Amino acid sequence: MISWDQVAIGAAALLFAPIVGALLQGVDRRLTARIQGRRGPPLLQPFYDLFKLLGKEQLIVNRMQIVYAWLHLTFMAATVMMLALGQDSLMLLFVLAFSTLSLVIGGMCVRSPYSRIGSQREILLMVAYEPVLVLMVVGFYLVNHSFSIATIWQADQPLMMRLPLLFVALLAVAAIKLQKSPFDLASSHHAHQEIVKGITIEYSGPGLAVLELAHFYETTLVMALLALFWATNWWIGGALALGAYLFVILLDNACARLTTLWMFKFMWTVVLGLALTNIIWLYLSIQHIL
Amino acid sequence: MSAIAKSPWVVHFNCSSCNGCDIEFLACLTPFYDVERLGILHVGNPKHADVLVVTGSVNHRTARVLKNVYDMIPSPKVVVAMGVCSSSGGIFAEGYNVLGGIDKVIPVDVFVPGCPARPEAMLDGILKAAAILDRKAREGTGVATVSAAKPVINLVPLAADAAPAPAAP
Ligand code: SF4
Repeated sequence: MISWDQVAIGAAALLFAPIVGALLQGVDRRLTARIQGRRGPPLLQPFYDLFKLLGKEQLIVNRMQIVYAWLHLTFMAATVMMLALGQDSLMLLFVLAFSTLSLVIGGMCVRSPYSRIGSQREILLMVAYEPVLVLMVVGFYLVNHSFSIATIWQADQPLMMRLPLLFVALLAVAAIKLQKSPFDLASSHHAHQEIVKGITIEYSGPGLAVLELAHFYETTLVMALLALFWATNWWIGGALALGAYLFVILLDNACARLTTLWMFKFMWTVVLGLALTNIIWLYLSIQHIL
Repeated sequence: MSAIAKSPWVVHFNCSSCNGCDIEFLACLTPFYDVERLGILHVGNPKHADVLVVTGSVNHRTARVLKNVYDMIPSPKVVVAMGVCSSSGGIFAEGYNVLGGIDKVIPVDVFVPGCPARPEAMLDGILKAAAILDRKAREGTGVATVSAAKPVINLVPLAADAAPAPAAP
């Protein structure tokens, strides 16, 4: 049975998640500008961009592409809602993968080579970070004996105590999800790059606005996932997520964009290694072998 | 002010410039001038842009490309001619291959004088363009574009095409 409480929480998550995401991006753009010795745009700049895009003309290359943009947004919003309602974390992962896949198919269904290259890189990024996310869910299960996110909230020990290395691995995933250097291969947020914003190249006006909105949700989702590692105290959890955000911004400014092959090697050796080590250690300590 | 005046995204097209104006335009992006504080982003894709900044005069080769880039920008959109070359042909006006200013090919909203135009003048020009963008968005008078799936390839014959090349002095 769905109670009214759940409906209210879901609606609030849908409403406030993009606002939080946009504000976070505003902070990001301003902070990045300060790091580079510039003044930077106003804090509300992501909102201006979004409203401007909504008011523009839509040039449609392929109608299906717009459908996929909407699917991307819908699935992304669904993941945020599932997280807010404390649903199954494994299911959340699948919905998130569907969301990213819609973006990829959207980029693939036009003939622009840049769009195709962007989509292919997005697939590679997915292959690189999905195993870490799966290990994260495995970690959740090993700690709490349940895939449900609600049990994480009720646990009396923060996840961070048992999954510290996995958190570090998740920082790299966060950098990929937030499209930050050195992982911003498929589409980067600031300025243009060698594939001219790749995957989003054929979207214009409202279509692009839908993608921006989805990215606001994505930003909030990543932050919420990181905050989950200290769910016993939301203040510490929030601080943890914000600290991670700061780290990712610093990383973005300190690094150049690197090649896909490098990214792949790094993710499948160092990052996946960190996550696996954590899981194996956790398993052994649960079995009282260690 | 509507949202569009606060986030004019600029696409820069080098028509056939001597690169003087381009270098000055890139100077606008440096921390010294920092256009992003005004919400201006330099995008590489006309489909994401609101403002088309053109440097250099237009010639027979670039006319088609310029028209194409212009058509790819979703309306409302504005065009800024940076420097005297794109305004009138500048020192290249007499060239055998030069058609003149870019207003021969696409409608221009703001002309920025100077050879090269100073970054301050460029910033001023883009802000003026943003105000025009705002007005166009409010009045709904942005020029409707043709479908991007069918780019315009055949230009309307230009007067300069028909006229014989000016005799050498
Ligand atoms: S206006 Fe001057 S600096 Fe600019 S493109 Fe023309 S000749 Fe070069």
